[in-house]
Amino acid sequence: MSIFGLHYRLERKAIGLTLGIILVASIGGLVEIAPLFTIHQTVEDAPDMRVYTPLELAGRNIYIREGCYACHSQMIRTLRDEVERYGPYSLAVESKYDHPMLWGSKRTGPDLARIGGKYSDEWHVAHLNNPRDVLSVSVMPAYSWLLKTALRTDDLSAHLRAQRVVGVPYTDDMIANAGKDAYGQAAPDSPFADGVTQRYGKATTVRAFDGKPGELTEMDAIVAYLQVLGRLTEAAHKSVADVVR
Amino acid sequence: MIGQLTKAERQYALLILLGLALIGLIFGIAGKDDPLGVHGALVGVAALAGIFKVISIYYDPEPGDERLTRYYDDPTKFGIILAMIWAVFGLFIGDWVAWLLVKPDFTFDAGWASFGRLRPVHTTSVIFGFGGNALIATSYYVLQRTSRARLPDQLTPWFVLLGYNLFCVLAVTGYMMGITQSKEYAEPEWYADLWLEIVWVTYLVLYLRTLARRKEPHIYVANWYYMAFILVVAILHTVNNLAVPVSFGSAKSYSLFAGVQDAMTEWWYGHNAVAFFLTAGFLGMMYYFLPVRAGRPIYSYRLSIISFWGITFFYMWAGSHHLHYTALPQWVQTLGMTFSLMLLIPSWASAANALLTLNGAWDKVRDDATLRFMMVAAVFYGITTFEGSFLAIRSVNSLSHYTDWTVGHVHAGALGWVAMITFGSIYAIVPWLWKRERMYSPRLVEVHFWLALAGTVVYVFAMWNSGIIQGLMWRTYNESGTLAYSFVDSLIAMRPYYIARAIGGLLFLLGGIVGAYNVWMTIKTESERLPESAVDAPEPALGGSAVLQPGE
Repeated sequence: MSIFGLHYRLERKAIGLTLGIILVASIGGLVEIAPLFTIHQTVEDAPDMRVYTPLELAGRNIYIREGCYACHSQMIRTLRDEVERYGPYSLAVESKYDHPMLWGSKRTGPDLARIGGKYSDEWHVAHLNNPRDVLSVSVMPAYSWLLKTALRTDDLSAHLRAQRVVGVPYTDDMIANAGKDAYGQAAPDSPFADGVTQRYGKATTVRAFDGKPGELTEMDAIVAYLQVLGRLTEAAHKSVADVVR
Repeated sequence: MIGQLTKAERQYALLILLGLALIGLIFGIAGKDDPLGVHGALVGVAALAGIFKVISIYYDPEPGDERLTRYYDDPTKFGIILAMIWAVFGLFIGDWVAWLLVKPDFTFDAGWASFGRLRPVHTTSVIFGFGGNALIATSYYVLQRTSRARLPDQLTPWFVLLGYNLFCVLAVTGYMMGITQSKEYAEPEWYADLWLEIVWVTYLVLYLRTLARRKEPHIYVANWYYMAFILVVAILHTVNNLAVPVSFGSAKSYSLFAGVQDAMTEWWYGHNAVAFFLTAGFLGMMYYFLPVRAGRPIYSYRLSIISFWGITFFYMWAGSHHLHYTALPQWVQTLGMTFSLMLLIPSWASAANALLTLNGAWDKVRDDATLRFMMVAAVFYGITTFEGSFLAIRSVNSLSHYTDWTVGHVHAGALGWVAMITFGSIYAIVPWLWKRERMYSPRLVEVHFWLALAGTVVYVFAMWNSGIIQGLMWRTYNESGTLAYSFVDSLIAMRPYYIARAIGGLLFLLGGIVGAYNVWMTIKTESERLPESAVDAPEPALGGSAVLQPGE
């Protein structure tokens, strides 16, 4: 019997058709997605990779809330011009704690995968407050309310706990002190500042990101996040041979 | 509208709505310090409105068994009206955000009005609001006629339609409050996703229950596509939205997957939302409305089979072409590219099948703007799928990715294919549903057609130009071997195209408004009401001339 003859019979069975569609449609996803969890080389090893601090995570959530990903990618492709424009191409390990990833799909604005450290905090604050103050032709929206809005910290422990459930290695200590650490990271002279470097490493930036120490705003969080982009691990700056063993 | 509900169904409806009001109340209290609380209140208010509506008809006389000799079209009617409302709203927001890229300070200094929050309002409103409502409404209509069976009850179709719209409203209002998962085309948060899961499974069960009652031995090809649309969207939605909420009282969740696995899952979802929402569903629409309107049988049964299974199989592999040259392993990228190229065969088989069906009816295409909408849709479907396969080639993608070319490609499909086939189908179905001889104004259909076509062409050409210029500027080197242009240089070069795009979008929006007015006037103008015909009943005993259905 020809395949068309077979089909002539199949299309008389609703359940047969249903199972057929499920079967045929499942194969592609299973073959392409399942091995990404099992093949070790998919994500490089980077022992120096650190997790986001509570303040950076809060900033990341503001980045998501405002839909920044609609116009900014965080994925430098393995193309010469991209590497020369933005820096070393992105590695999978660099977003291994990103739930969800923010690779993006469109560059109405430039890529931000390695924006961290490229501009000063003051530049970021001025730019976010009104992009056209620093770049007259910018088409980015102004986010002037970030400077005026206090950052919510009372639920940060719950955020870290949920992150741990999905696989980010936050310790009990980090979870318990999430709110204090968020405050401390933007208040270098406060008693809470030391805890941040103690828990997240010496290299963690502790600064009054929005220029107003003692006042924790959403601007602090988003600038802290932008300044750490591309700087959670040095892996991308090493040669390929060092990274992939 | 809901007068055909039986006593028992009215009681069930009240029960469901009371449950929903309770859920709203719980979320309102649990999320009182969170945007979630607002959504709890919104659900509660929607449920209360529903309760009042059901109570207002509760003591109306019950419908007689005579209703069972007719198809049940009330939810379809309401769905078509909702689709037109979402179309005008979604197109308006789309054009608004297009102008925001020309005039970025048009945000009233408010968070909800900035590009980043409004962009998903646009995409959700047009894809899920307009497209989804049109799909659900037409699927009820087509399913009944091609199966010669009435929907099994009166309550379930309303639950699916209204529940789905509740999801859309939660999504759109959520973005403006900053509630988003940031997964493109899957932005709604966990509680809205769970709600859609319930609605969607009910939709599938409704479909299967109706098919089980069919009097046609064969399931017509339109229903294969509608079934693939329902089934695969359920799979995609479930896997891509796996997430852990921060707490019960928080709208925020963290996706289960991270980094590269999350990226692959997201674009497996994203590309197949295009495939099974924006392609399969609307092919279902096309396979019914195009042959009926043209008065011609589908050109080839075999081409239908090849294209259906080809699309169902190949598409699911293609998502990784969104991640060329990224940190996704190259073997997955290569698979994605390969299957994207093979996908052209079933895609063009569908487009050819549609266009060849019109053989012998080209005079109607010339004279009838409704059929011309469908014809142009098939042409754009062919163009867009060719472009899609082309853009999936790695070396082409290195230029096009991240640029406006992608935006142009998507809109060639969304405006040229999805919206055109939908408007064509709506212009066909509205007179049938409301028993009118024709649309209120055929001239306005003609006006809409040309506005839509002009808007699409202007939009797509603007984005092709800007995308290719952008891509080339980013990779141009000067004589000394360094990059020739800064990013800002490319941004400045985009401005004229952003203006042109916003004008193209405006033309398309105006067409949508004309269409909504025409549909509204057709419904309102009571004159020339036609008697029922054979297409209104499963058994052709109603009198009037028998009308052959494409299932025969």
